[in-house]
Amino acid sequence: MEIVTSVLAGILFTTGIYNLLQKQMLRIIIGTALISHGAHLFILTMGKLKTGAPPILVEGIKEYTDPLPQALILTSIVISFGVTSLLLVLAYRASQINESDNMDELRGNENE
Amino acid sequence: MFIAVLLPLLFACLVPLLSKWKNAIHTGWFVLLIPSAIFVYLVRFVGQDFSPIRNTYPWIPSLNIQLDFYLDGLSLLFGLLISGIGALVVFYSIYYLHKSEQLGHFYVYLLMFMAAMFGVVFSDNIFVLYTFWELTSLSSFLLIGYWNHRKGSRYGALKSMLITVFGGLSLLGAFVLLSVVADTTSIQAMLDQKEMILNSPLFGWIVAFLFLGAFTKSAQFPFHIWLPDAMEAPTPVSAYLHSATMVKAGIFLIARFSILLSQTEWYFFVVTGIGLITLCWGSFMAVRQTDLKGILAYSTISQLGMIMAMLGFGTKIALFAAIFHILNHATFKGSLFMVAGIVDHETGTRDIRKLGGLMTWMPITATLALFGTFSMAGVPLPILNGFYSKELFFDSAIHLDSFSGWIEALKMAAPYLAVLGSIFTFVYSMYLFFGTFRGKANVEELPKKPHEAPIGMLIPPIILVALVVIIGLFPNLFAESFLNHAASAVKGAEIEKHVKFWHGFKTPLYMSLAVVGLGTLLYLTRHKWTGIYRVFPGSLTFNRVYDWMVDRSEKYSSVITNSYMNGSIRRYVRLTLAAMTIGTFIFLFTTNGLSFTGTSTAEITLPELFIVAMMIFAAVATIFTNNRIAAILILGVVGYGLAILFVMYRAPDLALTQLIIETVTVALFLLVFMHLPELRKRTESVGTKLTNAIISIGFGAMITLVGISSFNSKWFDPISDYFLETSKELGGGKNVVNVILVDMRGLDTLFEIAVLGIAALAIFGLVKIRRNDKEAK
Repeated sequence: MEIVTSVLAGILFTTGIYNLLQKQMLRIIIGTALISHGAHLFILTMGKLKTGAPPILVEGIKEYTDPLPQALILTSIVISFGVTSLLLVLAYRASQINESDNMDELRGNENE
Repeated sequence: MFIAVLLPLLFACLVPLLSKWKNAIHTGWFVLLIPSAIFVYLVRFVGQDFSPIRNTYPWIPSLNIQLDFYLDGLSLLFGLLISGIGALVVFYSIYYLHKSEQLGHFYVYLLMFMAAMFGVVFSDNIFVLYTFWELTSLSSFLLIGYWNHRKGSRYGALKSMLITVFGGLSLLGAFVLLSVVADTTSIQAMLDQKEMILNSPLFGWIVAFLFLGAFTKSAQFPFHIWLPDAMEAPTPVSAYLHSATMVKAGIFLIARFSILLSQTEWYFFVVTGIGLITLCWGSFMAVRQTDLKGILAYSTISQLGMIMAMLGFGTKIALFAAIFHILNHATFKGSLFMVAGIVDHETGTRDIRKLGGLMTWMPITATLALFGTFSMAGVPLPILNGFYSKELFFDSAIHLDSFSGWIEALKMAAPYLAVLGSIFTFVYSMYLFFGTFRGKANVEELPKKPHEAPIGMLIPPIILVALVVIIGLFPNLFAESFLNHAASAVKGAEIEKHVKFWHGFKTPLYMSLAVVGLGTLLYLTRHKWTGIYRVFPGSLTFNRVYDWMVDRSEKYSSVITNSYMNGSIRRYVRLTLAAMTIGTFIFLFTTNGLSFTGTSTAEITLPELFIVAMMIFAAVATIFTNNRIAAILILGVVGYGLAILFVMYRAPDLALTQLIIETVTVALFLLVFMHLPELRKRTESVGTKLTNAIISIGFGAMITLVGISSFNSKWFDPISDYFLETSKELGGGKNVVNVILVDMRGLDTLFEIAVLGIAALAIFGLVKIRRNDKEAK
């Protein structure tokens, strides 16, 4: 199964990066969201999938899944949420002020 | 000697204070005390049969770098030149520079330069020597660019800086190699163990770098081009730096290391060869110049080449002649620069085509110039020191050691090249004197009405010309008192040399007579042959090469920068990702990082496969949809799919968070999308699409491969057992993930909260603060 999820993570990265390389800001943000999904899945896969109960201690159960990657992913989800929301508002403001959301038009002044 | 180095620097700090009163008293008078005091201090050593004196002060003991000062015959000669001519130049500059100039700057730079030169000649530690060496480049840069409102000054300063610093850095390379090979940083200790350095495989590099450093500083062919442009400096600076001191730093370096370097025949070949080329080329080009200082600059180049050639000869008589000529050249060239400055100052031009017949107007200056130029030309008179050194030069050129193979050919050619260079030296010397002071006077065309210079301006060249005559009359007085010591220090063996005016009817005399005869002939017929300068040197000058190199390096670096820094973020992302992918693939394949054991993987189940397939479908669909609501919802599908996977993989907290966050994110997207433009159809060329596809597929494949191979090569058990065991006991909670988040790795959580807070504040700022709205619209 880990191989399947690795492939899935790879595909999430592929589509995420393809979106990232587009001109429109909205697509870029969709791309970053896909990439963070891929990264979370990647971390989870690396911590081994499914070898026991959820990491909530119950009497009598010896086998639990690895709690550490889960804690890491939880942190990461929150951070990527913060970044994504900031990016969204930034894209909104940038397209509003510049009247464009095309990355090729949004260049530094010195190159025009 | 530490005082000699330190005193000018300390005094330089005081100069800005003193220059406040410059309207009452010219700052130069205060500065004059410094070189005079050092000169008096050094003169005490003259005539003594002293053994070398060494002073050491700790500087960076851990790197074995001490302020190590060493006074022997060679450094004494240079020390006397620097302080003596320094005093005269300061005196001259008092009358040359008006009080309205920025005197504070001038004297601070000059004192800095003086200290640096003392440092160069007295240092025994190579790194201290290098430090002062660069300080001379730096202060000379400042002095050349003294009139920084002039374009020519800035150009000349930059040029000399680039060339001498290029050489200085080569020198640093040589010094680092030397200190590695010899395991010491003291020059004298290196000279003592020359066998070890000679047998080192790095010796060739050391010699090459050292030569580069010395040749650039001393304006040897083809690095001579900076010197004529440095003539934009005030004349006292040209007299001091570009005739007597700085340009001899390279000579000093070669002389200092000649015990070590002269062990190979290559030393003779390179140093003599370059020296003779410089001699001939410099004197040849000097005839072409029309600017007085331009003639003197090329003349300096050619005389430096002559000294370099004599150092290359390496025989006792040649080394003595080199040392002798260093002194002689400093006297007559210093005086000639001052004369050129006087002419400039009193007539308003230095263009020799406009000058002429100044002898009646400026008799004293003309007399000084007469002695200077005739001494430079080597006219056989017993009152001119230039003749002696030229005679010794010819003498040494025909009495060379024998060499092996084809290097012998240079030995055979040396006397002829020496005579050739000297003939042109004679021609430009005559041209310089007769062109300026004889002939028809066209006083009306001059910017100023010429008159004799003030006495203060005349005193320094008078002293120098007096020295020319005194050395001419009593050469042995100087030879015995300190020149022999200096030559002995270069050779590493005792040199006792007496100079005679009359050698009898021997070859050197005939060579001198040939120089005078042919030189006179060439000078008188110069109108017939100066046409050749129009034919070829114009395209042959190295200035053009320099300009071309500077121009090209600027142009190509901007072309290269613009080729990838085009301002498009997409391109930078593309390049970054491509580099990451290629780098990782190379690493994977070269280190056998790929592994597919396929053991201990979890079982594949149908529901999971279904979710995975759904996510893949949704992720791919984000690329192809052109509807923004569809794109956002499809993204939501991926997120919810991930949440379901979290459920399946026994991660309840993750599933919970992912669900909430995904919902909020989708809501946010929907909130913002009202304000975002409609998704447009992509209008990219197939090539761009293909590149993007290749990069993204490559990166995805890389991630997959890395994931699979790292999963298949677990090196040790996870540390999570500890968390599971101690969660209840130490953390007091049953939910291990939460205990990790707030207890065991609580710091992560703290800063994650900080991230969210910052993001919230930033969003608030973005939405609320609209200072730029007016500018944008």
